[in-house]
Amino acid sequence: MSITEVQFQAQAVESAPEEAIQGRSQWQLTWRRLRQDKVAVTSIVVILIMVVLAILAPVFAAALGHGEYQAFTGAGLSSAGIPVGPGVHGFPLGTDYIGRDLLVRILYGARISLFVGLSTTLIATVAGVSIGLVAGYFGGVVDTVLARFIDTVLAFPFIVLALALAAIYGPSLLIVIGVITFFSWAGISRIVRGQTLSVKEKEYIEAARSLGAGPWRIMFIDILPNLLGPVLVLATLYIPTAVVFEATLSFLGIGIPAPTPSWGVILSEAQTYYQVAWWYVVFPAFALLITTLAFNLLGDGIRDAMDPRTERLFAARRKRRKDSVTLKDSEMPHTPPASVTGAG
Amino acid sequence: MIFQDPYGSLNPRRRVGAIIGDPFVIHKTATGAQRKRQVQELMERVGLNPEHYNRFPAEFSGGQRQRIGVARALALRPKLIICDEPVSALDVSIQAQVLNLLSDLQDDFGLSYLFIAHDLEVVRHVSNAVIVMYLGKVAEAGPKGPVYEMPRHPYTAALLSAAAAADPKLAAARQRIILTGDVPSPINPPSGCRFHPRCPKAAELCSQQEPPLESKLGDPATHVTACHFPVEAGENLAVADRRERR
Repeated sequence: MSITEVQFQAQAVESAPEEAIQGRSQWQLTWRRLRQDKVAVTSIVVILIMVVLAILAPVFAAALGHGEYQAFTGAGLSSAGIPVGPGVHGFPLGTDYIGRDLLVRILYGARISLFVGLSTTLIATVAGVSIGLVAGYFGGVVDTVLARFIDTVLAFPFIVLALALAAIYGPSLLIVIGVITFFSWAGISRIVRGQTLSVKEKEYIEAARSLGAGPWRIMFIDILPNLLGPVLVLATLYIPTAVVFEATLSFLGIGIPAPTPSWGVILSEAQTYYQVAWWYVVFPAFALLITTLAFNLLGDGIRDAMDPRTERLFAARRKRRKDSVTLKDSEMPHTPPASVTGAG
Repeated sequence: MIFQDPYGSLNPRRRVGAIIGDPFVIHKTATGAQRKRQVQELMERVGLNPEHYNRFPAEFSGGQRQRIGVARALALRPKLIICDEPVSALDVSIQAQVLNLLSDLQDDFGLSYLFIAHDLEVVRHVSNAVIVMYLGKVAEAGPKGPVYEMPRHPYTAALLSAAAAADPKLAAARQRIILTGDVPSPINPPSGCRFHPRCPKAAELCSQQEPPLESKLGDPATHVTACHFPVEAGENLAVADRRERR
């Protein structure tokens, strides 16, 4: 953050009306801007709907009277043994190849996908941030070792490792989470390490050191808050990656084992039926698409909200400002952390 | 420790109360409500509104930010505060406010300051004793009065002649000693006296032997100069310089 930016920011705050002055944090300001971003708000709504549907999956199953593993060989399959289409015999989205309710399975699949996406991202973020901070802050040998380790992980062929693990231990949820986590933290670490290198040279870090703060306190109290912005954006963008990763592994048969309804598993099963049962492919694929799209767009929205230099939001706001001359305090410029894209 | 840059020395992501309260947390001297009370006392003492406890540094002006830095430095009631150019980033009017604050605090808390600055008028205003440094070495040291009135080291003399004077008549009458060349790299300092390549009085000896830091020309023992050819009373270095350049 350069001096001129801070001065600009300080002036903007000072010139705002008296009642507008209150300690508004980076997060409050980001949230205020995010709320004005229609795409981001829509994404949040879509994600929330998805989460609610996933939580309510058993309710839907009970209401329809269709269990997630329950195969309706009579009503669920046509006389030729082909899955029935949407709406037929009380199956809202049709059935799969052995007559299970596709809607119920997709909803249960959302649980798996969201759980894998969120849990792996959480673990990978915590690990990535910690390792990146340590590497960036301590430097020297520690940094060399950790940075090379990060490079090694990033260079690793993940499909091969996943195949090998699945071959040895058999496919399971634990292995899926482990593999995705293992290949996600390194990217976060690299970004965090770079940001730490730049933040640790700031004078306020020197000030903290002169007060007697230890390295862990400096890393987590003084440096970390300055990195949370990029990390949050990155984590939001890692969730859809993890969801797709899980679907990919399951599709290949090395992820979630077959009877469990995961989107990847459903899509994998649908391979042989898509010519006779379009719904079998379209609905799980659509669920996967809108979920990953929503997370990606939300990530973009958060990045824009944290970085008011991004043109998209400002252009829209300028247009709006022409209509109403009144300057609202929520439109104050604010200096964000360096954007994620500039960090690598 | 008070830092030079009031913008760089405060963490932009942390609230003022947390920044000033840090020393208490780190050294575990006060917790909870007691810490908040102490922080607010400090804020009041340095001329900040204690109600601004929850604000972020970006919401303060340069002078206010420097006051936050002062409050942080005071938190543990030190005997000595190192001020690294504490006012050089501020406007002149704000400089005066901060300097007066520092001087008030000195009286109240019995502080000593190690005050690093390049503004000679500020130094004259705040200090009891002055040390002039050139390329990492002490050139001259002594009580403020003698150093300012009778500088012995040619570098001190040149510095004083270059300082801006408030009185334009005085400024016009003064003959500036213009040093030639640039400051050499501290990585590869000149031999002997580090000032010799730019010194108007430099002689052969200066490049060979580093002058000891000692009292010269009957100065009291507190006023010491590291120079083989200290400036004498009434000597005009500006003329010497001009002759050299011709």
